[in-house]
Amino acid sequence: MSVSVQREAFDVGREIAALTAGKHEIGGVASFVGLVREINAAGGSVAGAASPVSAMTLEHYPGMTEHALEEIVKEARSRWDLMAVRVIHRFGRLLPGEAIVLVIVAGAHRGEAFAACEFIMDYLKTRAPFWKKEESANGTESARWVDVRDCDESAARRWKKQ
Amino acid sequence: MTIKLLYFASLREALGTNSEELALPAEVSDVAALKVFLAARGAAWQALTQSRSLRAAVNQQMAGPDSGICDGDEVAFFPPVTGG
Repeated sequence: MSVSVQREAFDVGREIAALTAGKHEIGGVASFVGLVREINAAGGSVAGAASPVSAMTLEHYPGMTEHALEEIVKEARSRWDLMAVRVIHRFGRLLPGEAIVLVIVAGAHRGEAFAACEFIMDYLKTRAPFWKKEESANGTESARWVDVRDCDESAARRWKKQ
Repeated sequence: MTIKLLYFASLREALGTNSEELALPAEVSDVAALKVFLAARGAAWQALTQSRSLRAAVNQQMAGPDSGICDGDEVAFFPPVTGG
Protein backbone atom coordinates (compact mmCIF):
# COMPACT_ATOMS: atom_id res chain seq x y z
CA MET A 1 0.00 0.00 0.00
CA SER A 2 2.16 2.87 -1.25
CA VAL A 3 -0.64 5.47 -1.49
CA SER A 4 -3.03 6.66 1.24
CA VAL A 5 -5.69 9.38 1.20
CA GLN A 6 -6.80 9.99 4.76
CA ARG A 7 -8.20 12.46 7.26
CA GLU A 8 -5.79 11.44 10.02
CA ALA A 9 -2.36 12.94 10.74
CA PHE A 10 0.77 10.93 9.87
CA ASP A 11 4.08 10.31 11.65
CA VAL A 12 6.97 10.89 9.23
CA GLY A 13 9.53 8.93 11.26
CA ARG A 14 7.25 5.95 11.61
CA GLU A 15 6.43 5.99 7.87
CA ILE A 16 10.12 6.08 6.87
CA ALA A 17 10.95 3.28 9.30
CA ALA A 18 8.09 1.12 7.99
CA LEU A 19 9.00 1.78 4.35
CA THR A 20 12.69 0.92 4.73
CA ALA A 21 12.46 -1.92 7.27
CA GLY A 22 14.53 -4.91 6.15
CA LYS A 23 15.43 -3.36 2.77
CA HIS A 24 19.18 -3.13 3.19
CA GLU A 25 19.84 -2.36 -0.47
CA ILE A 26 18.44 1.16 0.14
CA GLY A 27 21.18 3.78 0.28
CA GLY A 28 19.17 7.00 0.34
CA VAL A 29 15.74 8.23 1.40
CA ALA A 30 14.29 11.60 0.34
CA SER A 31 11.10 12.93 1.88
CA PHE A 32 8.89 15.97 1.42
CA VAL A 33 6.25 17.22 3.85
CA GLY A 34 3.80 19.95 2.76
CA LEU A 35 2.29 22.10 5.54
CA VAL A 36 -0.67 24.47 5.78
CA ARG A 37 0.65 28.02 5.66
CA GLU A 38 -0.74 30.98 7.55
CA ILE A 39 -0.10 33.13 4.48
CA ASN A 40 -2.69 32.55 1.79
CA ALA A 41 -1.92 31.12 -1.62
CA ALA A 42 -2.28 34.46 -3.41
CA GLY A 43 0.37 35.89 -1.08
CA GLY A 44 -2.09 38.40 0.32
CA SER A 45 -5.06 38.49 2.61
CA VAL A 46 -8.19 36.39 2.33
CA ALA A 47 -11.23 38.11 0.76
CA GLY A 48 -9.63 41.51 1.16
CA ALA A 49 -9.31 41.20 4.92
CA ALA A 50 -5.93 41.74 6.57
CA SER A 51 -6.18 38.46 8.43
CA PRO A 52 -4.07 35.36 7.90
CA VAL A 53 -5.37 31.93 6.95
CA SER A 54 -6.95 30.37 10.04
CA ALA A 55 -7.82 26.99 8.52
CA MET A 56 -7.91 25.14 5.24
CA THR A 57 -10.36 22.50 4.03
CA LEU A 58 -9.24 19.99 1.44
CA GLU A 59 -11.86 18.36 -0.74
CA HIS A 60 -11.04 15.42 -3.01
CA TYR A 61 -12.61 12.98 -5.45
CA PRO A 62 -12.68 9.63 -3.61
CA GLY A 63 -11.60 6.84 -5.92
CA MET A 64 -10.09 9.02 -8.62
CA THR A 65 -7.65 10.52 -6.10
CA GLU A 66 -6.19 7.14 -5.22
CA HIS A 67 -5.97 6.12 -8.90
CA ALA A 68 -4.27 9.40 -9.84
CA LEU A 69 -1.68 9.09 -7.06
CA GLU A 70 -0.99 5.45 -7.98
CA GLU A 71 -0.49 6.47 -11.62
CA ILE A 72 2.00 9.17 -10.57
CA VAL A 73 3.96 6.69 -8.43
CA LYS A 74 3.94 4.22 -11.34
CA GLU A 75 5.29 6.92 -13.67
CA ALA A 76 8.04 7.79 -11.17
CA ARG A 77 9.01 4.11 -10.89
CA SER A 78 9.23 3.87 -14.69
CA ARG A 79 11.63 6.85 -14.83
CA TRP A 80 13.92 6.02 -11.90
CA ASP A 81 15.15 2.83 -10.27
CA LEU A 82 13.32 3.16 -6.93
CA MET A 83 13.23 0.72 -4.06
CA ALA A 84 10.24 2.05 -2.15
CA VAL A 85 7.71 4.89 -2.45
CA ARG A 86 5.08 6.16 0.00
CA VAL A 87 2.56 8.96 -0.60
CA ILE A 88 0.07 10.16 2.02
CA HIS A 89 -2.32 13.04 1.29
CA ARG A 90 -4.79 14.30 3.88
CA PHE A 91 -8.24 15.79 3.36
CA GLY A 92 -10.71 17.59 5.62
CA ARG A 93 -10.14 20.71 7.74
CA LEU A 94 -6.52 21.44 8.67
CA LEU A 95 -4.93 24.23 10.70
CA PRO A 96 -1.76 26.24 9.92
CA GLY A 97 1.31 24.17 10.72
CA GLU A 98 -0.48 20.87 10.13
CA ALA A 99 0.94 18.49 7.54
CA ILE A 100 -1.06 18.05 4.31
CA VAL A 101 1.07 15.73 2.24
CA LEU A 102 4.01 13.33 2.64
CA VAL A 103 6.16 11.84 -0.12
CA ILE A 104 8.95 9.38 0.73
CA VAL A 105 11.21 7.90 -1.94
CA ALA A 106 13.95 5.36 -1.29
CA GLY A 107 16.64 4.37 -3.78
CA ALA A 108 20.16 3.00 -3.97
CA HIS A 109 21.57 6.56 -4.06
CA ARG A 110 20.41 10.09 -3.33
CA GLY A 111 20.13 11.19 -6.97
CA GLU A 112 17.06 9.19 -7.94
CA ALA A 113 15.49 9.67 -4.50
CA PHE A 114 15.68 13.49 -4.67
CA ALA A 115 14.56 13.64 -8.30
CA ALA A 116 11.63 11.23 -7.96
CA CYS A 117 10.43 12.93 -4.77
CA GLU A 118 10.28 16.30 -6.53
CA PHE A 119 8.69 14.76 -9.64
CA ILE A 120 5.92 13.13 -7.58
CA MET A 121 5.13 16.42 -5.83
CA ASP A 122 5.09 18.38 -9.11
CA TYR A 123 2.76 15.88 -10.77
CA LEU A 124 0.57 15.57 -7.67
CA LYS A 125 0.03 19.35 -7.66
CA THR A 126 -1.38 19.36 -11.19
CA ARG A 127 -2.97 15.88 -11.54
CA ALA A 128 -4.40 14.67 -8.24
CA PRO A 129 -8.01 15.83 -7.72
CA PHE A 130 -7.72 17.86 -4.51
CA TRP A 131 -9.10 21.36 -3.96
CA LYS A 132 -8.19 23.74 -1.13
CA LYS A 133 -10.47 26.25 0.49
CA GLU A 134 -8.96 28.80 2.85
CA GLU A 135 -10.66 30.40 5.83
CA SER A 136 -9.51 33.62 7.45
CA ALA A 137 -10.04 34.67 11.06
CA ASN A 138 -13.26 36.34 9.82
CA GLY A 139 -14.86 32.92 9.78
CA THR A 140 -16.07 30.35 7.31
CA GLU A 141 -18.37 32.71 5.38
CA SER A 142 -15.33 34.52 3.94
CA ALA A 143 -13.69 31.25 2.91
CA ARG A 144 -12.35 31.19 -0.64
CA TRP A 145 -11.20 28.49 -3.04
CA VAL A 146 -7.49 28.62 -3.79
CA ASP A 147 -6.69 29.52 -7.41
CA VAL A 148 -4.45 27.34 -9.50
CA ARG A 149 -0.92 28.76 -9.84
CA ASP A 150 0.85 28.95 -13.21
CA CYS A 151 4.14 28.02 -11.53
CA ASP A 152 2.69 24.63 -10.56
CA GLU A 153 1.91 23.96 -14.23
CA SER A 154 5.39 24.96 -15.34
CA ALA A 155 6.98 22.90 -12.55
CA ALA A 156 5.15 19.82 -13.84
CA ARG A 157 5.98 20.62 -17.47
CA ARG A 158 9.74 20.53 -16.94
CA TRP A 159 9.51 16.75 -16.38
CA LYS A 160 8.02 16.22 -19.82
CA LYS A 161 10.07 13.70 -21.78
CA GLN A 162 11.88 15.17 -24.75
CA MET B 1 -28.66 5.85 -21.32
CA THR B 2 -28.13 6.80 -17.68
CA ILE B 3 -24.94 8.25 -16.23
CA LYS B 4 -23.74 9.39 -12.83
CA LEU B 5 -22.58 13.00 -12.58
CA LEU B 6 -20.30 14.45 -9.91
CA TYR B 7 -19.35 18.08 -9.24
CA PHE B 8 -16.53 19.28 -6.99
CA ALA B 9 -15.22 22.33 -5.13
CA SER B 10 -16.28 25.80 -6.38
CA LEU B 11 -18.37 24.27 -9.18
CA ARG B 12 -20.25 22.08 -6.67
CA GLU B 13 -21.04 25.18 -4.62
CA ALA B 14 -22.11 27.25 -7.65
CA LEU B 15 -24.45 24.49 -8.87
CA GLY B 16 -25.74 23.66 -5.41
CA THR B 17 -25.37 19.92 -5.96
CA ASN B 18 -22.60 17.34 -5.69
CA SER B 19 -24.04 14.42 -7.63
CA GLU B 20 -26.98 13.19 -9.67
CA GLU B 21 -28.16 10.34 -11.87
CA LEU B 22 -29.11 11.58 -15.31
CA ALA B 23 -30.91 9.99 -18.26
CA LEU B 24 -29.35 11.28 -21.49
CA PRO B 25 -30.67 11.35 -25.04
CA ALA B 26 -28.59 9.13 -27.34
CA GLU B 27 -27.09 12.09 -29.23
CA VAL B 28 -25.30 13.30 -26.09
CA SER B 29 -22.38 10.94 -26.57
CA ASP B 30 -19.27 12.90 -25.56
CA VAL B 31 -18.09 15.36 -22.89
CA ALA B 32 -18.53 18.44 -25.09
CA ALA B 33 -22.15 17.51 -25.93
CA LEU B 34 -22.87 16.77 -22.26
CA LYS B 35 -21.63 20.26 -21.29
CA VAL B 36 -23.96 21.87 -23.83
CA PHE B 37 -26.85 19.68 -22.63
CA LEU B 38 -26.30 20.71 -18.98
CA ALA B 39 -25.68 24.40 -19.78
CA ALA B 40 -29.28 24.64 -21.05
CA ARG B 41 -30.46 24.24 -17.44
CA GLY B 42 -29.81 27.88 -16.59
CA ALA B 43 -27.41 30.59 -15.53
CA ALA B 44 -25.20 28.70 -13.05
CA TRP B 45 -24.91 25.77 -15.44
CA GLN B 46 -23.54 27.90 -18.26
CA ALA B 47 -20.20 27.82 -16.46
CA LEU B 48 -19.85 24.33 -17.96
CA THR B 49 -19.57 25.73 -21.48
CA GLN B 50 -18.14 29.16 -20.63
CA SER B 51 -15.31 28.35 -18.21
CA ARG B 52 -12.20 27.44 -20.13
CA SER B 53 -10.38 26.19 -17.05
CA LEU B 54 -13.02 23.61 -16.10
CA ARG B 55 -11.79 20.00 -16.09
CA ALA B 56 -13.68 16.77 -16.76
CA ALA B 57 -13.13 13.13 -15.86
CA VAL B 58 -14.88 10.05 -17.27
CA ASN B 59 -14.78 6.97 -15.06
CA GLN B 60 -12.17 8.69 -12.86
CA GLN B 61 -9.72 9.39 -15.71
CA MET B 62 -9.02 12.92 -16.92
CA ALA B 63 -11.05 13.45 -20.09
CA GLY B 64 -11.10 15.89 -23.01
CA PRO B 65 -14.09 17.30 -24.91
CA ASP B 66 -13.99 14.38 -27.38
CA SER B 67 -14.09 11.70 -24.67
CA GLY B 68 -17.04 9.39 -25.25
CA ILE B 69 -19.80 8.76 -22.71
CA CYS B 70 -21.54 5.40 -22.40
CA ASP B 71 -24.39 4.01 -20.32
CA GLY B 72 -23.39 3.63 -16.67
CA ASP B 73 -20.39 5.98 -16.90
CA GLU B 74 -19.33 8.25 -14.06
CA VAL B 75 -18.63 11.76 -15.33
CA ALA B 76 -17.16 14.48 -13.09
CA PHE B 77 -16.67 18.21 -13.63
CA PHE B 78 -14.35 20.31 -11.47
CA PRO B 79 -12.02 23.34 -11.40
CA PRO B 80 -8.24 22.95 -11.82
CA VAL B 81 -6.76 20.97 -8.93
CA THR B 82 -4.94 22.69 -6.04
CA GLY B 83 -3.67 19.90 -3.78
CA GLY B 84 -0.23 19.23 -2.32
